Amino acid sequence: MNHEKHTPIKISRKKEEVKQQLKKLGMMIYQSLNNGIFPEVIFPSRSVRNIVYNEELKQYVLGQSMVRRSSQNIKHIRPFTQLIWLASFVNKLINEGKTSTLRDVFYSSQAYGIDFTDQDESDEMITDLEVLLGRAREDFNVYPEERSAIFGDLTIEYTVPGYEGKRLNLASHPDGYLIGPSLSTAEFIDTSAEMVIAVEKGGLFTRFVEENIPKRYKALIIDTAGQPPRSTRYMLRRLNQELNLPVYILTDGDVYGEHIAMVIISGSANAAHLRELTVPSAKWIGIWGSDIIEYKLPSVRLTEADIKRIYELKKDPRYKGGIWQRELDVFLEIKRKSELEAFSKYGLTTITDKYLPKKLSEIKSF
Amino acid sequence: MSKSRVVYTEISPSEFFYRNRDLAGFTNPSRALYSAVRELIENSLDACELFQILPEIYIRISALNDLQPDPKPYVIKVKDNGPGVDPKYVPNAFGKIFFGSKFLLRQSRGIFGMGGTMAILYGQITTNKPVIVSTSSDGKTIHTFELFINIQDNTPNIVRKAQHPANGETGTSVEITLEGDFQRASLKIYEYLRQTAMVAPYANITFMDPQGFITIFQRATQIMPKPPQETLPHPYGIDVEALKRMLRQSKQDTMLKFMYKNFHRVGKRIARKFLEYANIDLNRSPKSLNDDEIVSFVEALHNYNGFLQPDASCLSPIGEEILAAGINKELKPEFIAVTTRPPSAYSGFPFIVEIGLAYGGKVLQPGLKLFRFANRIPLLYDEANDISWKVIHEEVDWKRYKIPSDAPLAIITHICSTKVPYKTVGKEYLADRPEIERELKNGIREVLRRLSSYLSKKGSMEMIKRKINIYEKYLPLIAQFSTELSGAKRLPQYKKLIGKIG
Repeated sequence: MNHEKHTPIKISRKKEEVKQQLKKLGMMIYQSLNNGIFPEVIFPSRSVRNIVYNEELKQYVLGQSMVRRSSQNIKHIRPFTQLIWLASFVNKLINEGKTSTLRDVFYSSQAYGIDFTDQDESDEMITDLEVLLGRAREDFNVYPEERSAIFGDLTIEYTVPGYEGKRLNLASHPDGYLIGPSLSTAEFIDTSAEMVIAVEKGGLFTRFVEENIPKRYKALIIDTAGQPPRSTRYMLRRLNQELNLPVYILTDGDVYGEHIAMVIISGSANAAHLRELTVPSAKWIGIWGSDIIEYKLPSVRLTEADIKRIYELKKDPRYKGGIWQRELDVFLEIKRKSELEAFSKYGLTTITDKYLPKKLSEIKSF
Repeated sequence: MSKSRVVYTEISPSEFFYRNRDLAGFTNPSRALYSAVRELIENSLDACELFQILPEIYIRISALNDLQPDPKPYVIKVKDNGPGVDPKYVPNAFGKIFFGSKFLLRQSRGIFGMGGTMAILYGQITTNKPVIVSTSSDGKTIHTFELFINIQDNTPNIVRKAQHPANGETGTSVEITLEGDFQRASLKIYEYLRQTAMVAPYANITFMDPQGFITIFQRATQIMPKPPQETLPHPYGIDVEALKRMLRQSKQDTMLKFMYKNFHRVGKRIARKFLEYANIDLNRSPKSLNDDEIVSFVEALHNYNGFLQPDASCLSPIGEEILAAGINKELKPEFIAVTTRPPSAYSGFPFIVEIGLAYGGKVLQPGLKLFRFANRIPLLYDEANDISWKVIHEEVDWKRYKIPSDAPLAIITHICSTKVPYKTVGKEYLADRPEIERELKNGIREVLRRLSSYLSKKGSMEMIKRKINIYEKYLPLIAQFSTELSGAKRLPQYKKLIGKIG
């Protein structure tokens, strides 16, 4: 493995950069107030019209239009105050080495009488801060509640307070490790893995551990728990970029599974303001529509909603060409879908012993 | 007070009906009670105003028999502190129909006490009770007359006469007994009194109703409108019947003299030119015109365009100050706008439109209330047929003024003229005269504009206040958070920003 690639100071340097950005923001506002000028912030608009597909990056990005949030505007003053409060809140989190959840943020605001109406509003505000700083919320220590898991031979070193310098091998516990704030901010020290396999479901993740897949294939396995949270996508990207590991994605054989793979590869429109969440080289290895036929998998009929979703995605620029359009068409043609567990019909290990190796070798020969 | 320029002239019964054909108002016991009260009050106010006396009007309505159900006989007593009536005129003024002091054209509430005499007559017919008139014009003696109208030969029939010392006070008190229905009439009577108080805020009006409840409409200003001047009729305003009468009564021996002596703003030069136009010999005797000639003469009067517009000096508008005082007194609004339009004329009759607007306060209910007045008389019936109603609801573009439709709003329209163009008998609503409509429209628009700018100023003041409150909440927080973020030691000088809001 190419271990030179990994950069142990990266995480702490990033934190330092975020801290500087926050301080700069604070000083800008402080100066304005002191000079008798109503402070304002300007950042790219996240309106639907400003989310455009970038062919080169193969993902959604924000366009040119900007929004100005000025404290002089009576309609902006509350969200402006909330934004600055949020900045000072995450600044404290970073300085104290603590993390917070989206829900925490929602409740914490209430101490200042600048309550958010609901969590959607506070989540929006967090996204605004992401756009303003050009950073993912995980960079300023705010994490969602959903957690996915990782297992495999990867040694990490914690950077969170109380654990600094402490190392752990992620193959030490068969249930895997939650990809939470401590893991997200840990440095990668060493690994024997040669690939990453992301699976959509916890059941299959456990099966893979039991069937020794990580050892047999020199793989790190990750349970995305459905559509992967951003910290998981960020982890996948780091594994791919810092450790040069190829990423393979295994999902249910339906339009939603295909889209989980797509979001890992090309990102989502919701995160059009963020660049470091995609793994463009990742590969979706299955279950494809065509696999349902080839492996004679037990399947169920597509619902109206499934078909509607397929037509929507057929128009999505990320789905242009390649296997993406092809497999959407297959689903439409056969009008059926299969879950990963469908392989169990042919024995519990069919998926690990027959399907996986076949698909991996197929994909590598592409 | 005997320096009165009032001219008493006897006119014939046929003329009486001709001139007053529009007047009804005694159609049923409830309307009769209302009309009688109204006529007596208007006579009192007219008399006081003509002599520039601050009016003190006392009105009492009492039932002859409390226990009898309505309709039943009521005694109406109206007493004023006006100039009084010379006792030698009293029998004819109150005991004979068609005896008038309002013969010439002058803006007044009604055509001479005809309404009053009508009330007396109605009372006499329904209850067979005499009218009791007590009056003092010299301040020394009060002369009291009880009299009937002898209907057949149209003469006063005095049944009792008395004299008392007046203690320096002049004035007249009239007491009529008539069959009425107070229960039905009371709402209109109260409304009439309130609205009268609104346009005559210089009057003290005290009313005691049959239950003994006393309502006092207190004087709010010492200022009175200047009294109306008498004026000659304008040629455009003459019709065949009026011309006939003028010719018959003329003291001039030539048509030339007749023209320039009897018409408003007609001098020798215009009289001569007009008679040439009308093809009538200047030296002809006015009494020599036959009916056909009179008809074509009237046509000529109407078609000739060399007459001068009537001037409005004979009119007596309420005036902005007095109207505002009246509106303030009765409606206690938050905002008031009043405008007196410049004089104008229709068909030879000068008129002035006055508009008042009241907004908000505790008296007005949400929605628009229209108060209509003509020669200071409140018009209480048939609102939707009135020209003011039409202008407000059809001619004014309300959207322009951004006034909420449920705003507590009152619009007061007053038209004063030597002849108010009532559309029908009953004198309750005005006909659509384009000249009057235009003045109403302009006046209403003007007060609405003023309300609109008041509301927008008020709105922006409240907005600023609200804004400052919001900033006083959020700016300190922004200051605190930015101080924490920047690592500065003390808070920034943010307070000067609050002064910049607005």
